[in-house]
Amino acid sequence: MPNRSLFLKILSAVILFGAWEIAGRIPVSYAFPTFLEAMGALFRMAGDGTLWTAYAETLQPLVVGVAISAVLGIAIGLWVGLSNVFDWLFSPIFIVMQAAPLAALIPLLVLAYGIGLTSKVLVVCIMAMPVIVLNTSSAVRNTPESMKEMGRAFLASELAIILKIIIPAASPVIFAGLRLGVSAGFIGAILAELKITPTGVGDIITYSRSIADYPSMYAAIFSIILLAVLFLNVLEKTETVLFKGNQRGYVSD
Amino acid sequence: MTVFGYRLPGMSSLIVWGLLWEIVGQMGLTFFIPPLSEVIATLFAVIGTAAFQKALAETAYAFSAGVFFAITIGIPVGILMGKNRLLDELLLPWVNVFLSAPLTALVPVLMVLFGFGMKSIVITTTLFGIWIIILNARAGVKQINRSLVEMAHSFGASPWNAFTKIYLWAALPEILGGVRIGIIRAVKGVIIGQLLISIVGFGALFELYSANFLMAHFWAVLIVLFALAFTIAEFLAYLERRVAYYAAKR
Amino acid sequence: MSQTDLAAAKADMVPESAVSTRNISKNYGDVEALRNLSLEFPRGQLTSLLGPSGCGKTTLLKIIAGLLQPSSGEVEVNGHTVTGPGPDRAFVFQDFALLPWASVIRNVAFGLEMRGVAKSEREAIAERYIREVGLAGFEHAYPHELSGGMRQRVGLARALSVDAQVLLMDEPFSAVDEQTRRKFQEDLLGLVQNEKKTFIFVTHSIEEAVYVSDQIAILLPRPSRVSEIIRPSGFRDKGADNIRRDPEYLDIVDQIWASLRSYVE
Repeated sequence: MPNRSLFLKILSAVILFGAWEIAGRIPVSYAFPTFLEAMGALFRMAGDGTLWTAYAETLQPLVVGVAISAVLGIAIGLWVGLSNVFDWLFSPIFIVMQAAPLAALIPLLVLAYGIGLTSKVLVVCIMAMPVIVLNTSSAVRNTPESMKEMGRAFLASELAIILKIIIPAASPVIFAGLRLGVSAGFIGAILAELKITPTGVGDIITYSRSIADYPSMYAAIFSIILLAVLFLNVLEKTETVLFKGNQRGYVSD
Repeated sequence: MTVFGYRLPGMSSLIVWGLLWEIVGQMGLTFFIPPLSEVIATLFAVIGTAAFQKALAETAYAFSAGVFFAITIGIPVGILMGKNRLLDELLLPWVNVFLSAPLTALVPVLMVLFGFGMKSIVITTTLFGIWIIILNARAGVKQINRSLVEMAHSFGASPWNAFTKIYLWAALPEILGGVRIGIIRAVKGVIIGQLLISIVGFGALFELYSANFLMAHFWAVLIVLFALAFTIAEFLAYLERRVAYYAAKR
Repeated sequence: MSQTDLAAAKADMVPESAVSTRNISKNYGDVEALRNLSLEFPRGQLTSLLGPSGCGKTTLLKIIAGLLQPSSGEVEVNGHTVTGPGPDRAFVFQDFALLPWASVIRNVAFGLEMRGVAKSEREAIAERYIREVGLAGFEHAYPHELSGGMRQRVGLARALSVDAQVLLMDEPFSAVDEQTRRKFQEDLLGLVQNEKKTFIFVTHSIEEAVYVSDQIAILLPRPSRVSEIIRPSGFRDKGADNIRRDPEYLDIVDQIWASLRSYVE
């Protein structure tokens, strides 16, 4: 029953936030504000504009980084998927990047590119690109053989097979890869803010922590998690709408 | 890829990249990329040092503890969610939220609540790994073939027997898949934890080397770390294949 | 078949061959899928390739289609040697091979699209064949909204739309349920009558082969070879409903089963 499902979702939110509230009142720790206190700080920051200016700064490297990763990532992924030579040459790089904790490279990037927008964008890129490339190349390689055969049987040129069969067939997985890339990009953006120089939301978090304004700190964290989750959910819904009836799913994490 | 009719092994292009690294390094193109040979020499020198061993021990400890908790908490929770509809409907939204949320944002919270030490790092590691483990354990339980359940009942299996002899094995491939991805995430978690929380373990080494512009050292330790992470990932994949030989292609 | 048999067969009022395969061999490494196989396919008739798994019938079909290259031997279609896929042959796939993201009409028009036919023209042609296979009204439906039987009709309409003289069908009815399959077999008889094309039909169902075929080539595995060619004659004109009880039909089915039975694993 749709009503029951919605009711339970609301109930579980109430339980979690309620537990938060109670834990804050006990208090579990002097550094743990109640849910209501955090929400109060959130509305205050939204009201007086600090939240929005902060996001304007934080989202810059995220948007730029994700855009670059998407374009480059899909292009490289297509190339790797279609060409055996490129697959041999580039796949190992991205496979290693996928399994490795790329965050370790951040000090190096800071050293090389300073503490400005460039290094933040680069952090987002190195986090987002591997999963996009790997999903794209895998989707291309896993195009059902019988569909490609059908294309050849009906006299399609190589280019027509790529454009009209392989790429449409690969689209659901490519899109899923983009979604995972955005998710990784968020992590990169926040890491960049917390580690390189705090600007935007990262600044709110570090500053409020330093002056022991815990409600604001928790509010900022809550807001960014909320934003990430909402945005990724929108992407997932779009994916369902765009690709209804197609096989969906992602190849790697 | 085949060359002159010989199939080249999977990761062999890394040799080409290694050569490129060496050439670029020897040419002195950029200060940040010393020759690969120098990096490897430094690697062997560094591995024996006390500083490195300490870093490795600290990281290994945090990683193992984090993974231990992620598995021992995650799998039972996932199984329970798979079997109990009410619990599932209450918890699943949150598992999905935390699965896709940028967990890095939670690290400052952990820092203020649990201090700047090993405890926070372990919790970070656990948090990074646990959600996918829960999700896959749940999926593994849910996809158990209905006929197997009915078969167990019809042959009068006790709940314990049914679980240990049938359900566990039926769900195992999926569970192991989740553990593999969870462990890879945990590796990232432990490093992110070290970079943000307290400067111990490998995080400390990276800070130290980059602050002192010891590029060869930096790359050496990075290679060790990446190699370790990659080996763990491959080993888990191998385990998964061995145990799950009976799993249908997912 | 020896030269005299060929001549006798030709004299036997069998029309000339639309497709000739001569001494076809196909090796995959050490595995011999086909060895020295020769077969003629009479114009305007339906020839079945029937045999147990592993006898190479789908391999042969794909070689005729130009999707696979033989290791040796040659294929001629209407006198021209085959080197690859061509406009003279159309293929119907066992798993339908439809584009899931395209509507029925776009799928049916796909072959024409690949040949550069203008959109309005190819859609008009596609609409005609959609009606002919009984899918009128479903032009803008998507494959996932259709049943298995309907999807195969789309595949069939697509193959008919390109107006090739030879229609190659790779176990086209094996992925649909039994009732739909029977309907398809009846419809296929009508299609062969009306379309004046040459049909080459791969199947492993004996009843199906005897029901629809003008000529049945029985292939046996290891090594792959033509063991016999059967030409059911008596019941062809008796109407779709009467064939399955016809004594000659039943005799031929039994005869084929007797010779194939020992090859079942």
